[in-house]
Amino acid sequence: MNFLWAFLIGGFICTIGQLLILKTNWTPARILVSFVVLGALLQVCQLFEPLKKFAGAGVTTPITGFGAGLVQGTFENIDKYGFLGIFSGGLTAMSAGIAVAIVSGLVIGMIFKSRSK
Amino acid sequence: MDRQQYAEYIKKISPKSKIGWSLVRAFIVGGLICLLGEGLGALYQMWLPGYDQTQIGSLVSCSLILIAAILTGIGVYDKIGYFSGGGSIVPITGFSNSITSAAMEFRKEGIIFGTCANMFKIAGPVIVVGVAVAMLCGLGYFIVGLFL
Amino acid sequence: MSTIYFQKQPRIVGWYSVAGKKESEGPLGKTFSRIEKDEYFGEKTHECAERKLFVTAIEGAIQAAGIEPEIVFAGDLLNQIVSASFAMRDVGLPFVGMYGACSTMALSLINAATFIEAGAAHTTVAAAGSHFATAERQYRTPLEFGNQRPPTSQWTVTGAGATVLSDTKKSPYAVTCATVGRVIDYGVKDVNNMGAAMAPAAADTLERHFINTKTKPADYDAIFSGDLGQIGEEALRDLLKERGYDLGDRYYDCGKLVYAVQQKVDMGGSGCGCSAVTLNGFIMDKFKRGDYHKVLFMATGALLSPTTCFQGETIPGIANAVVIEEVTE
Repeated sequence: MNFLWAFLIGGFICTIGQLLILKTNWTPARILVSFVVLGALLQVCQLFEPLKKFAGAGVTTPITGFGAGLVQGTFENIDKYGFLGIFSGGLTAMSAGIAVAIVSGLVIGMIFKSRSK
Repeated sequence: MDRQQYAEYIKKISPKSKIGWSLVRAFIVGGLICLLGEGLGALYQMWLPGYDQTQIGSLVSCSLILIAAILTGIGVYDKIGYFSGGGSIVPITGFSNSITSAAMEFRKEGIIFGTCANMFKIAGPVIVVGVAVAMLCGLGYFIVGLFL
Repeated sequence: MSTIYFQKQPRIVGWYSVAGKKESEGPLGKTFSRIEKDEYFGEKTHECAERKLFVTAIEGAIQAAGIEPEIVFAGDLLNQIVSASFAMRDVGLPFVGMYGACSTMALSLINAATFIEAGAAHTTVAAAGSHFATAERQYRTPLEFGNQRPPTSQWTVTGAGATVLSDTKKSPYAVTCATVGRVIDYGVKDVNNMGAAMAPAAADTLERHFINTKTKPADYDAIFSGDLGQIGEEALRDLLKERGYDLGDRYYDCGKLVYAVQQKVDMGGSGCGCSAVTLNGFIMDKFKRGDYHKVLFMATGALLSPTTCFQGETIPGIANAVVIEEVTE
């Protein structure tokens, strides 16, 4: 069941993204930014956790999961360390993903040549 | 035709995106990427019983990012993107693709001023806005916490 | 300014076109002098490949002409027109850099002809070219970035063309007159709809040309626009109809000719190379076979830069027209 919901909800979120691209002429960067903000807001309103329980990777794989993770990490660190947590929490929670993205980008960028098809 | 009329005229004669099928394609590809995430999560849970949900989630994200980076390198991800549009831009794999594609494109200007300086050309705003929003939310949370 | 008439009738004595793989698979594929299947052209970067396209086209045209030219007029789309100017290191001739965005082929031809008319040179070269990958990087996203192209977008032609003009009578094909374009802006902001941005400029140039030369569309065997694409072509037809000219079935757009519909290029080809390879391939081919005797060749350009786009400016267009005729004496 989890798998089905992950597919359906994940697909649905991506479809909204595609609809925005087609209807608004937004650039991909703007789409990504909007979904990050959406994820963050869902987390603040405490709607993200129930969604995650329900659809799992369906909501964490889209970039909304990145926004939610940033906010969740911030809140957790505030609970733990107080004021400092406002600044340290977000990137701490997302550090692994960002680091892998940077390193894989660097390595792949050095190995492969871009081609036009 | 004045400017106003011309704008309307152009809008009329320009072809529109075919919404129906393109949404279906975005749905299927986006759904499949999320399904892959869910599957990897279940696998990792099995292999690494000591890990908690958050750690598993991190591992899954890292794996997807790595897979997308490799697919970008061998020139497959842009084909998926051409087929599915938002379906492969919205998932975390799209974030990875935007970084790797920029890194590859600017490699010819050298590693420091090409790859490193331009890597976040597309994905940069995502991190900047994400961190700024998270901090703002955190600030609100902190202030509210003081009064509770 | 009115139309320039060339009394000396500078002759087109040599021409050469080199195009990429995708272009070779299009309807005009057989008309190009040379096909280069490797997008890197054996070089390290796409930028170097674009330079090599220029060198190949210019040297090919000079060889075809059999006359050593004195000066080259050339330009491309990249910042500081590096493709044309760097290519000139290898060509070694005096060089005048041209920039008219995608209208550069016609702009170069006009200048090359004017130099001969003024007696400043006996033999001149006009050239222009573009490369899909370098244009994508400068104006759009990295090549490997997985996004969809909007249905109004166009595909930059990989290719270059060069024409050698001479004051000798070695060839019957002459540049007889030309109309330099005005910069026209109808407020189009969409960078993915260049045809719409350029069509008003094209209409302005054609109308002024027809009025100045007291000709009408039917006086030409064919009229070519550079890279308006499907939307731009339709807009040009309608804008001219408004002004009392019916372009009819003698009018073609190089951008629409260069690719077939199934090649997934949306509205058609674009770039400096689009009109350059069509002129120095298809059009001159038709002259040689006797199908054409008088052609109006008008290249169109969108004068934008990535900076102006991000700053929210509208896109001004320009179109330069040249008449190529088979003359008898």
